[in-house]
Amino acid sequence: MPQIMTESVMDALTLRDLTLSYAGDAVVHGVDLALKHRELGCLLGPSGCGKSTLLRAIAGFQALDDGEILLAGETLSTPNAMVLPEHRGVGMVFQDVALFPHLTVSDNIAFGLTDWPKPEARTRISELLDLIGLQGLDARYPHELSGGQQQRVALARAMAPKPKLLLLDEPFSGLDTELRGRLASEVRAILKADGISALLVTHDQREAFDFADRIAVMRAGRIEQFDTAYQIYHEPVSEFVAHFVGPGEVIDASVSGIRSVSSPLGELASDSDFGLPVGCPVHVFLRPDDLIHDDHSPYRGRLIAKHFRGAHHVYEVQLESGVVLGCLAPSHHNHELGENVGLRLELEHLVVFPVKRLCLREDCVNARCTGCPA
Amino acid sequence: MAIAHVSRVTFGRRRPNGFVITAIGAALCVALPVLVVLGFMLFSTSESWSHLVETVLWRYILHSVLLSVTVAIGVVMIGVPAAWLISFYAFPGRRLLSWLLLLPMAYPAYILAYTYTGLLDYSGPVLTWMRNIDAPTWVMWPLLEIRSIPGAAVMLSLVLYPYVYLLARAAFLEQAANVMEAGYSLGQTRSQVFLRVVIPMARPAIVAGTLLAVMETLADYGTVEFFGVQTFTTGIVRTFYGLRDTAGAAQLASILLGFVALLVILERLSRRKIQYYSDQNRRLSRLAVTLTGWRAIFAMVLCAAPMMLGFALPTAVLGYWTLFYAEGGALWSLTLNSFVLAGIASLVVVGVALVIAYANRLYPAPWLSNVTTVIGLGYALPGVVVAIGVLIPFGALDQWLSRGLMAFGVEPRLWISGSIGLLIFAYTVRFLAVANGNLVSGLSRIRPSLDHSGRLLGRTQSQVLRQIHVPLMRGSVLTAILICFVDVLKELPATLILRPFDFNTLAVRVYDLAGDERLIDAAPASLMIIAVGLLPVILLNRSVHAANHD
Repeated sequence: MPQIMTESVMDALTLRDLTLSYAGDAVVHGVDLALKHRELGCLLGPSGCGKSTLLRAIAGFQALDDGEILLAGETLSTPNAMVLPEHRGVGMVFQDVALFPHLTVSDNIAFGLTDWPKPEARTRISELLDLIGLQGLDARYPHELSGGQQQRVALARAMAPKPKLLLLDEPFSGLDTELRGRLASEVRAILKADGISALLVTHDQREAFDFADRIAVMRAGRIEQFDTAYQIYHEPVSEFVAHFVGPGEVIDASVSGIRSVSSPLGELASDSDFGLPVGCPVHVFLRPDDLIHDDHSPYRGRLIAKHFRGAHHVYEVQLESGVVLGCLAPSHHNHELGENVGLRLELEHLVVFPVKRLCLREDCVNARCTGCPA
Repeated sequence: MAIAHVSRVTFGRRRPNGFVITAIGAALCVALPVLVVLGFMLFSTSESWSHLVETVLWRYILHSVLLSVTVAIGVVMIGVPAAWLISFYAFPGRRLLSWLLLLPMAYPAYILAYTYTGLLDYSGPVLTWMRNIDAPTWVMWPLLEIRSIPGAAVMLSLVLYPYVYLLARAAFLEQAANVMEAGYSLGQTRSQVFLRVVIPMARPAIVAGTLLAVMETLADYGTVEFFGVQTFTTGIVRTFYGLRDTAGAAQLASILLGFVALLVILERLSRRKIQYYSDQNRRLSRLAVTLTGWRAIFAMVLCAAPMMLGFALPTAVLGYWTLFYAEGGALWSLTLNSFVLAGIASLVVVGVALVIAYANRLYPAPWLSNVTTVIGLGYALPGVVVAIGVLIPFGALDQWLSRGLMAFGVEPRLWISGSIGLLIFAYTVRFLAVANGNLVSGLSRIRPSLDHSGRLLGRTQSQVLRQIHVPLMRGSVLTAILICFVDVLKELPATLILRPFDFNTLAVRVYDLAGDERLIDAAPASLMIIAVGLLPVILLNRSVHAANHD
């Protein structure tokens, strides 16, 4: 199969049909994933979705139930054989930093460079100290550094032997929110500068957006979507992904044409076919920035709460159906609570999901339809 | 594509190996004396048991319970106020007193008992002086009657209160200041906050400390034997040697084990609550009240008194006796014996404990941690029970061996039960838990991610052990060795029962001399034990301080 060979040689990391279990329970089910060279990927998902187990399997600390892990085309793990962690060429940054407390900063970074000739190792260490911005602190011990500095040293230590892949296991979760966002972007810049491929695990979507080229959203041991941040935010493939990566609301609608639905906010047109029969009930997913307050709009609702954000308001508007939607309003439109205000949709892309209900019509041939009108 | 460096031993499903087998073996060894004692109770009948029940059993129970309750009250009355003053008030000498209060830990209770008996002798300096000043009899009488249950309780309380003091102080320090501040903000006075917030939050720690003190009380042999208080430990020895009734001794030991098991369960329960009540994350500056005038003096006296009575005074007396009266004798050969024995024993104990700790780390399995829990119970086993429990099976083995070898013309002798080896085996059973506790806490500070980092940076499992674990574990291992060393040095009943014929240690010598009423001559050996016993106390204080200044 020459095609697959070229594919896997091109990819930094390939996961094929990976099934893993933890304490006897399967926690990852048949995951496929391919990370390109120099690509920064992210596994995003709620706790317990199997993302950390996946990372441990790539590092070689977790046996496989089924499937295969390849690194730059070389097999690392199968259910029958695993390359030992020390021979994998995979680096890892841990959630709890895991710096060696008895070694200085430069000794920590040098730990993986024992096979390197001395002068080259020294060059690599000072190059990394420059990269992480900690020149002059090389003789310090880990406990003499701040949390952010420790995390950067841990990063440098993992990067030092030039691993083929760097794994980051929630490396920012021990830090405060402000530092977290800054460090995620900083680490991205450092990794891009070094041209390394990396996979980050996190449950924080902002961290994922700051860090990754592509994000794999995981749920219950499966990858629901692997796409750019823009796509998973604006074109989510499931309601789970839509809700997990940002705020939004769902309104009931029904299919009115090949590319249109009728909703409490009027007829909405899509730029692609739904493949659902007319009359099929669907959910339309709306982000707050999809809805704009407009006094002249015929679609109206009651203003039940508002949050002043300086440059604009976020209104919470209740429709007649009872659904509460978030919408943006210009900063000067200071309506009173309880007022009847107008809403206008400003959709770039219509996000429609079939209603999660079994279709009861026997003649319905659409596999995706979960509920046609009786 | 060939797979390079493949290991077929996968990480998820590990096979047991030497580590695990050693751990199981060690657990069986620890369980052996208990199993022997319980087995004897179930499967053999004692000829003198009905006699024991009719005559002494209830006395043993009554005395043991009475002594335990009195010591429990004593250690709480000394330990809690001291911890409270040290934690919440500022007064002259507070810092110094905070660690001087730990010094009585260096004393085995029996040495304190011997020293006070000598000091309060009818013709001794204290009572002579009291008679000269015509002190009222109600003052002199209790001092004369030191050889009694209350006397033993005072001696034991004076050396055991540091358990309560330490745990209570740690609990007070770990309480978040904001919880107390919340109390004040809800309109409570300082004493109301103390009674309604501080004490209830520290209660599990105080209970745990008290239970440890009671366990030591039940295990004590030297003090009660010397004071003529008939408890389980003296009863077991009397039945075993005096009545030559092995089954009866085992039955008494079983009842003692029942009491100990109850204490262990209670202690575990309260320990569980300690974690739940303490808040390590928020250790804010506390509202220390500065005491002045007579209040400061009162606080100083209250904190200094236990240390004076439990350490300074007896040490001064022992020093005086050593310098002016004691006949030196074979002190140096005794010291050498003791140190070699304690050295070998502590190395063996810590070596076994290391293997167990690593078995748990490398092969995490629920059943293996249960094995460790069994080992952890060793600290509660009284030395007398351990000694009887190993002597019964190995004594029988010796008889069997001798009988077998007589056929080949070999003189019958005690092959195992009279050997240093069996003594070291007994120490291992008794002190494995102490070593294990120290090592596990040291090992738990080396998080698994450090091992994983080492592996991913190209090290093998054994290189990780050498380059990361050895340097990081050195401190814990040395501490464990030191603590075991001192514990072995102080241990009296097991040494007394199991030592080879004519093999004397410092503790045994002190016991023998005291038994002959040569209390003054026992002083040099006692001082030696206490001097060595101070080392872990100093170490303990340093680690408590380090924990507070993290």
